[in-house]
Amino acid sequence: MENNIVKMEGIVKRFPGVLANDHVDFEVKEGEIHALLGENGAGKTTLMSILAGIYRPDAGIIFINGHPVHIKSPRDAIKEGVGMIHQNFLLVASHSVTENITLGFDRPRFILKRRKLEKEIQRIGDQFGLKVDPQAKIWQLSVGEQQRVEILKMLYRGAKILILDEPTAVLTPQEVQELFSTLRRMAQAGHAVVFISHKLDEVMKISDRITVLRKGKRVATLLTSSTNPRELARLMVGKEILFEVRKTPPKEGEEVLIIHDLSAFSDKGLPALKKVSFSVHSGEIFGIAGVAGNGQKELAEVISGLRPAHGGSIRICGKDLTSVPPRRVIEEKVAYIPEDRKGVGTVGNLSISDNLILKTYRNPPFCSGTFLNHRFIHDYAKSLVEKFQVITPSLETPAKLLSGGNLQRLILAREISCSPRLMIAVHPTRGLDVSATESVHRMLLEEREKGAAVLLISEDLEELTALSDRLAVIYEGEIMGIVDPKDVTLEDIGLMMAGKRREKTA
Amino acid sequence: MNWDIVIATLSATIKAGTPLLLATLGEILAERAGILNLGLEGMMLVGALSGFIICFLTSNPWIGLLVASISGAIIALIHAVLTITLRANQVVSGLAVTLFGTGLSGFLGKMVIGVPIAHYFTPIGIPGLERIPFLGPIFFNQDPLVYLSYLLVFFIAFWIYQTRPGLHLRAVGENPAAADTLGVNVYGIRYLYTLIGGALAGMAGSYLSLAYTPVWIENMTAGRGWIAIALVIFATWDPFKALLGSYLFGLVDAVQFRLQAVGVAVPSFFLNMTPYLATIIVLIFATTETARRRIGAPAALGSPYEREEKS
Amino acid sequence: MSLILERRESPSTLVNFLVPVLSILLALLLGALIIKLSGFNPEVAYREMLSGAFGSWYAISETMVKAIPLMLCALGVGFAFRTVLWNIGAEGQLYMGAWAAGWVALSFPHGQSWWLIPLMMLAGFLAGALWGLIPGILKASLNVSEIITSLLLNYVAILWVDYFVYGPWKDPKGYGFPFTPFFGEGAWLPTFFGTRVHLGIIFALVAAVIIYFLLKSTRLGYEIRVIGENPQAARYAGMNIFRTIIVVFLVSGGLAGLAGMAEVSGVIHRLQHAISPGYGYTAIIIAWLSRLNPLVTLLVSILFGGLLVGGFSVRSIGLSESLVYVIQGIILFLLLAGDLLTRYRFSWRKNAG
Repeated sequence: MENNIVKMEGIVKRFPGVLANDHVDFEVKEGEIHALLGENGAGKTTLMSILAGIYRPDAGIIFINGHPVHIKSPRDAIKEGVGMIHQNFLLVASHSVTENITLGFDRPRFILKRRKLEKEIQRIGDQFGLKVDPQAKIWQLSVGEQQRVEILKMLYRGAKILILDEPTAVLTPQEVQELFSTLRRMAQAGHAVVFISHKLDEVMKISDRITVLRKGKRVATLLTSSTNPRELARLMVGKEILFEVRKTPPKEGEEVLIIHDLSAFSDKGLPALKKVSFSVHSGEIFGIAGVAGNGQKELAEVISGLRPAHGGSIRICGKDLTSVPPRRVIEEKVAYIPEDRKGVGTVGNLSISDNLILKTYRNPPFCSGTFLNHRFIHDYAKSLVEKFQVITPSLETPAKLLSGGNLQRLILAREISCSPRLMIAVHPTRGLDVSATESVHRMLLEEREKGAAVLLISEDLEELTALSDRLAVIYEGEIMGIVDPKDVTLEDIGLMMAGKRREKTA
Repeated sequence: MNWDIVIATLSATIKAGTPLLLATLGEILAERAGILNLGLEGMMLVGALSGFIICFLTSNPWIGLLVASISGAIIALIHAVLTITLRANQVVSGLAVTLFGTGLSGFLGKMVIGVPIAHYFTPIGIPGLERIPFLGPIFFNQDPLVYLSYLLVFFIAFWIYQTRPGLHLRAVGENPAAADTLGVNVYGIRYLYTLIGGALAGMAGSYLSLAYTPVWIENMTAGRGWIAIALVIFATWDPFKALLGSYLFGLVDAVQFRLQAVGVAVPSFFLNMTPYLATIIVLIFATTETARRRIGAPAALGSPYEREEKS
Repeated sequence: MSLILERRESPSTLVNFLVPVLSILLALLLGALIIKLSGFNPEVAYREMLSGAFGSWYAISETMVKAIPLMLCALGVGFAFRTVLWNIGAEGQLYMGAWAAGWVALSFPHGQSWWLIPLMMLAGFLAGALWGLIPGILKASLNVSEIITSLLLNYVAILWVDYFVYGPWKDPKGYGFPFTPFFGEGAWLPTFFGTRVHLGIIFALVAAVIIYFLLKSTRLGYEIRVIGENPQAARYAGMNIFRTIIVVFLVSGGLAGLAGMAEVSGVIHRLQHAISPGYGYTAIIIAWLSRLNPLVTLLVSILFGGLLVGGFSVRSIGLSESLVYVIQGIILFLLLAGDLLTRYRFSWRKNAG
């Protein structure tokens, strides 16, 4: 029965350097909950953002209720009945629920008839099982309640098609159940729901159909009832040949980094790390796989001292370095390659040499007393730039002018030149081309040869399985399992990334 | 206790506080939309001069008031174009406006320094109300502009909190992205309230030259624009608290004036310092208080809004 | 196809140079318009300004005299701007510096010793530094807006000086005017070649050089640059942001205080009611215009010194010297507008279906 309420045909979307959507077809039926599954970078959010009017496609047509539509902005999308609830809510924190829901709406014209609005909102909320207090201020609400406000915002405007982007990332298990029952009621009432996720459990539980995207292409659309997690995992990660890398067997030395029961909160105040424990030995690369947003960022920041821990301990080379300022961690010869190259990684407007001495400028021979030793710094920078092949017109060039790959080489040069005993690399090859990626891999392996302990956090499974001696998977702030990449299949890893805990640990 | 002196002082308090109140109300509106306007001093001076000149030419202070408001809005337009459309730094732009406005008023005002005007605003008692003991002579025997300021406080408060346009105003200053995706015209709203803020500043300035001391003196605002900016923080962007703050400062002004007249031992210069020092102290408290509690500046204050053009 | 603005990936040196230059030229043009509208002849006005500022050796020397306090204040203000701290209080810091120097000078009315002037310099610098410390500490510890506090303190400083020149320090032989007696000659800064250009110019040059090398070659300078550009990275590198804010305000205020000392010791030779025609405010524009480069600051200060002197000379044809501030304001507007072009550029973009 063709009752597609939404039909997207041949959608193409390019961003600089990447083809996010590669001729994707996508249909949603009335009254169904359709899950959109895939890894990070698969193109799910991009595709739905096009439907919701945030991006405009480079090619392709969108049909709603059989008519072709031109959606040029979120306002157009809402007019067509499409509402998207993003991972980052667009709510005014200091305003009330009612004010947020009715913002931008045409009626009432002038005076806010609060009582009347509240009643209406209450009514819609009850209809779909969304419990909210219309008078509460947003900042007083839990994240789950805020999400309900976002959903109500769309329902209030008559949205028939709702898109939820990774909605359970910020919810407690209870709230997830409540959300699911709400979604079922909406589907029963004839709405269509698109559920973007990377979590297999939930997708199996809630959806009627599943579409899997991988690297911008649609790989499959299946009935949920006729598939299983294993098959989905395989579709998600694919069966590419593992990238072969010449690697000597690990010289496992003593434990350099010992993490025990480590807990920490994210910026939003939610638990990001829940009693994480593992250790990294010198001479090994310990990989951490997982979809972004499962605690990796917080893990790296806690270890490098940029974020306080709320429980547990971090020991580096035998010293307790839990919740110490970054300077202490630097003193212990810990290198940190952050995922945000332009944020904490480099100072864009300063020169190459200036960036290279960021951690060492305080120590002689970089300085003598108050004065910087320009001669020494210049020679130092020159040798580093040569050694690490940072392509730059001169040493005085501002860092922001470097390409992504060269910027990363710059950061690596700075961090590696301190002869670190522990190196934390977070998404080190994100956004880099093949040759830059290759040189980063080479440098990580060299450090491993020299006896450093390397903690490699990445979303790139190929990279992780090729480089890691041991691999852990993080999901919702917990370690799902620690394995030897030679002993497992990509499917196994995919399952762990999507929430299935591994029975034995390496 | 000589009640007459108390009443006279409190009445002077209202007079002294009114220009602050008008300017503060205008700045509250602009800041609630997310635009920081540090050019109040310049706008007030331009308003004061233009109002004065027009009143001198037309013998009608009301027309002077109108022109003063319009000229304040025109100066504000420069700031608006620079900060909203051209995404310039709001601090520097505001300072430029102050410099420009101060210079322009000084330059054009040269011809009318010390010239007296025959027609200006004089206190009009409100029949009935002015006979209320104690409160009557203080609140209800004032210039028409003072009455206007009372009305504005209520109207602006109503507007901000009870109306749909007020909701949009508040949303634009807190989370312009959220407002934008829901169809609110962020740029338009920011322009509108910046201009209104300028108009009120011009009005505040004209109060000085057409009612408070009906004469033009170079730099006659003496920093009131800056005090108003601090008062906005003190008032936590609320019109009623702005009323309170403005009159508190009016009180400081009135009292130190009275002390000078009476010949108190403290040299007049130190008394003159009190409004500025008081403002600093108030600012310290207001800043730490708003940081502590959740009542704070509009979240998007001072940042230019760029719609994410990713397509 | 539509015309949109998009961010530049790399700065264009051409645009960076053209924008300030064009701003000044356009501002002068608009200034001419204003002059015309107020009933005067712009050509006459500008010719008067030009000759008043640069038309003779005497004019040039007068321009330099005005440029000296501008240089010192602008160097200080620019130094603070490097850490994104707005020191709007240079005017007040100048007054406090002048007051402290005046205090020393008046305490030794017959002093001829070699240490008198250095003592005055020290007093001036310290007074300005401490006056700048107030907004600095409030900002560093409580995050109170340094814009408002430093600015309000300007009014307080001017009143402070007024108290003394109208009161205890007033010249008894001065017919009641608000100035102190002249300082003893030992407190006068020496001048050059019979002009009024005084030693203060050496202060300014030395200060510019010191700041240039401080920023380029010292640890503190490095920290200042990193904190100003990327506080996150600064925190990662373990830099002490609080201490840096304090130091910056001390230096910034101190330089303005020194400017005040130079004015009263080198030019006015006494303390009086109006020491500065807004040097501290003009300094802000100079710093912005010079893109915070100390050496460019010196040159731009000379330009603005000329503008000030020219402004005063147009009084002779009946125009108010406030015209200068109008032009300064317009320059700043145009600079801000043009700044957009340094960060963005126009380009054509295809619209997708």
